[in-house]
Amino acid sequence: MLPLALTALLAYLASTLWTVALSFTGSRMFPSSRFVGTAQYERLFASERWSIAVDNLLFFAVFSIVLCTLLGFLLAVFIDQKIRAESLFRSIFLYPFALSMVVTGLVWQWVLNPEMGLQAAVRDWGWQSFTLDWIVSEDKVMYCVVLAGVWHGSGFMMALLLAGLRGVDEEVWKAARLDGIPVWRTYVSIVLPMLSGTVATALTLQLIGSIKVYDVVVAMTRGGPGLASEVPARFIMENIGARSNLGQAAAASTVLLLTVLVLLVPYHYVRKHQAAKAGRAT
Amino acid sequence: MTAALDLVAVLPPSRPVPSRGRPRRRRFTAARLGVYAFLCVAAAFFLLPLYVMLVTSFKTMDEVRSSSIFALPWRPTFDAWIQAWSSACTGLECRGVSVGFWNSVLIVVPSVVVSIAVGAVNGYALSLWKPRYGNVLFAILMIGVFVPAQVVLVPLVRMLAGVGLFGSLPALIVVHTIFGMPIMTLLFRNYYASLPDELFKAARIDGGGFWRIFWSVMLPMSTPMLVVAAIMQVTGVWNDYLMGLIFGGSGMVPMTVQLNNIVNSTFGEKAYNVNMAATLLTSAVPLLVYVVSGRWFVRGIASGAVKG
Repeated sequence: MLPLALTALLAYLASTLWTVALSFTGSRMFPSSRFVGTAQYERLFASERWSIAVDNLLFFAVFSIVLCTLLGFLLAVFIDQKIRAESLFRSIFLYPFALSMVVTGLVWQWVLNPEMGLQAAVRDWGWQSFTLDWIVSEDKVMYCVVLAGVWHGSGFMMALLLAGLRGVDEEVWKAARLDGIPVWRTYVSIVLPMLSGTVATALTLQLIGSIKVYDVVVAMTRGGPGLASEVPARFIMENIGARSNLGQAAAASTVLLLTVLVLLVPYHYVRKHQAAKAGRAT
Repeated sequence: MTAALDLVAVLPPSRPVPSRGRPRRRRFTAARLGVYAFLCVAAAFFLLPLYVMLVTSFKTMDEVRSSSIFALPWRPTFDAWIQAWSSACTGLECRGVSVGFWNSVLIVVPSVVVSIAVGAVNGYALSLWKPRYGNVLFAILMIGVFVPAQVVLVPLVRMLAGVGLFGSLPALIVVHTIFGMPIMTLLFRNYYASLPDELFKAARIDGGGFWRIFWSVMLPMSTPMLVVAAIMQVTGVWNDYLMGLIFGGSGMVPMTVQLNNIVNSTFGEKAYNVNMAATLLTSAVPLLVYVVSGRWFVRGIASGAVKG
């Protein structure tokens, strides 16, 4: 058994180290051992394409996370109002999560298609000046990627937060009602802080997930128009494949890896701190 | 690293407790109306792409050009579906998504079985036999969850090519097992660790060995975890794009990759109706899993989310 686990560790640990090592070489199509120091990193940080990719990733991460969380929280709260057909609504909000990112990207590509999609439909209804050509606009194409990401991921946030809401003690609600605190106030000031652990977990997962964003961009825009929706994961893949520049790909991968690790460290301490607090409380 | 552990704890209880004293159900007030209005608008947003896919796939291309994307088809036809299944072109060949469908089936079945088996045995060994360095190995595995796949891609390709597996079905099974291993191991480790200690001790006293205890005691008790794991892996492997693209070579193109090739590499005017039918066909398996599995799905994706 553990041989098997070991293999995986080789696949993870050794492979990661291998990639880091590659990033200091001048590898082109095949790995080579020609040591070039930090030249790959200097080239990477000087590359305009990489800086576009990083900017896009930041934009995507911030907006998709904020919007997913906000929408997910709203959906969870509204679903929590003892509504009818609760499970129907839940299923509707969550089904996109079952679909692949490729499917998500392709559907939105079609809906947002300016000649035949939403823009054309609204113009047909009589609003002639309606414009929704984000997907072919260099400035706005990332909004589309965010939209697709939010459509895909909000339901998941809802499911996590709803589970959290259902775990809130009934006494909290009774006490808040006795004190005459409005319901929305109770949610924002009392319940939300109680869910901070769930929210922190969910945010970390989303953050790390968004760093990997790849399929949806490939399917939706292929990084275009031009390079306007390039993301780091695609940058790496292009360098491995079409541009046969393994050294660049390895340097970019290493930067991505370091980012993930840096993000994990504070999270790890927050969790530890919370666990300790919970331990004292009981 | 604790993220995944928390998630499993965060999973909803079997069913939401039906009635708890949230704002008491009143008669239909303005506030209630607002709640439903918000939910319905949200539902429309989530359903819109599905609706557009469906209506587009039943239209002819003439109709797609002349009508709005929201219009219902005048004369619904299955032509686009038939074409998508059996004759849509990827730029290389024109055999429809059926090729990718069967490839995906061939990939999913063994990948799911192998990755779950490995994960279950790993989890069992880690939680009950507590091997030396077990926790260190497990910690590395958990960091592996967060490593973007691109980081280990090139070395993995070289390793698999080194043993002559690259670009084949076994390569994909191995890769899916490797990338599924952290979460599968975690899932089963936590589950087995939650069972009462006495169970394992009694089995040991009765002289059970490693495999004997696994087969006769642990596995029969694992049904709920096996279901969750299967849901996660079936949807995860089916929806995978990157691994199929890189490791499948040209012989084992999974459905997602083929779909993307069909939609994004057609020359001339795109056949949107065929594309949408192909997209729906590609979504059919995960959607079916979603509908059939119901609340199990939530547990599955919640623990699977760490895969990202």
